[in-house]
Amino acid sequence: MIHQYKLNNYNIVLDTYSGAIHTVDDLAYDIISLYKEKTEEEIVNLMLKKYKNDSTITREEIISCIEDIKELEKNGKLFSKDIYENYAFDFKNRKTEIKALCLHVAHTCNLNCEYCFASQGKYHGERALMSYEVGKHALDFINENSGNRHNLEVDFFGGEPLMNFEVVKKLVEYARKQEKIYNKNFRFTLTTNGLLINDEIIDFVNKEMSNVVLSLDGRKEVHDHLRKTITGEGSYDIIIPKFKKLVEARKGKNYYIRGTFTHNNVDFLKDILHMADLGFKELSMEPVVCAPNEPYALTEQDLPIIKEQYELLAKEMIKRDSENNGFTFYHYMLDLTHGPCIYKRISGCGSGTEYLAVTPWGDLYPCHQFVGDEKFKLGDIYNGITNTKIRDEFKLCNAYARPECKDCWAKLYCSGGCAANSYHATGSVLGTYKYGCELLKKRIECAIMIKVAENKV
Amino acid sequence: MKRISTIETRDLNKSLKVGGCGECVTNQKCEN
Repeated sequence: MIHQYKLNNYNIVLDTYSGAIHTVDDLAYDIISLYKEKTEEEIVNLMLKKYKNDSTITREEIISCIEDIKELEKNGKLFSKDIYENYAFDFKNRKTEIKALCLHVAHTCNLNCEYCFASQGKYHGERALMSYEVGKHALDFINENSGNRHNLEVDFFGGEPLMNFEVVKKLVEYARKQEKIYNKNFRFTLTTNGLLINDEIIDFVNKEMSNVVLSLDGRKEVHDHLRKTITGEGSYDIIIPKFKKLVEARKGKNYYIRGTFTHNNVDFLKDILHMADLGFKELSMEPVVCAPNEPYALTEQDLPIIKEQYELLAKEMIKRDSENNGFTFYHYMLDLTHGPCIYKRISGCGSGTEYLAVTPWGDLYPCHQFVGDEKFKLGDIYNGITNTKIRDEFKLCNAYARPECKDCWAKLYCSGGCAANSYHATGSVLGTYKYGCELLKKRIECAIMIKVAENKV
Repeated sequence: MKRISTIETRDLNKSLKVGGCGECVTNQKCEN
């Protein structure tokens, strides 16, 4: 399977199953589009007719181009076959080891963001803070259930995790002792709204956190419209100086300024550029996922605007990079030569199997977006996974799980998509969130175009 | 005339043999 598209004056051809990427001229682009449908003679005649005003395109040139395409096909770089579907990927019977936990250290929050999927941090339940004992047991759980995996991840999440900072500190200290005993390498991350950041927290975060996610929606009026304090005031002016101080102390590395865009700001490129102009260079901006009747929900009419914004963002990034004023965007950071293997590309994020969320009480859920929905409770950190039916359902969440994805060129980039988005959009973790698919495909096209542009320099 | 340029990418077919270690979607780095 291949995918062809034109973007920013580049003709790009992707080969789905080998991962190969080609840039081609107009003639090759046209020939590739006809290659499987027409005979060689038909292609030659069609091209001679189309390019009759171009004296450089002769019969010999066209045949030479067809020969190049045949060679790429022979070498498995174009029109390659799907050898993975029938490969021995017996996902349901494979043994999975847990390598990541999302620790919900605080089911409470000091902000009252209107669009919060966690319902103001409480996850549709009671306010709660995780105790040190529960957190310690969760760390023991991952140490004992991660097999030979050396690299383990623990995300401090909420709600607002800094509302339970003393426990976070003690858990990191405990984990550092345990990693020597178990021969593990813990990578901690923290997702925060920033309100409680102070010098002590900056020192701790920059010493212990592999990455930190800082929530900012962009322009002041956009951010303050939906991210308000409990008393109803905007939070922009409070967090910006704190974020700047933290990022500067972090030497500008290993963080994300992470925003959410909604129907209110489908011109979100302005928000991304606002972040960049504030001096932040590692950026992320995500579409809101919510019930369709919410006033800020994205609409079908928004879709072409959002796609155009992604394209304009890619072009702006190339421009700024050439001016030595570049920034990164989460979804455009493809690593073409050392990216994920085919197993990872098929299996995706590992929610419910390799990655679990832990509530303040020690209950286990497939991921942070399922917490609070009792039917997805997998078990707890004391007894392990007891709901094997749900676990097995998540084992089958992969790039080959959905018939709608069978002919999709992007399936080995999205791995079948986000199970939580699928569930919230369709009522099934094996459903297809088509709106999300459209956005992801556009982002992949843009990300690859940027790589092509880098190669042309 | 060179009409097709191929950008260097990880060969997914070859990763069948060495992949799957689990030590590590789009911007991910392989840690095998």
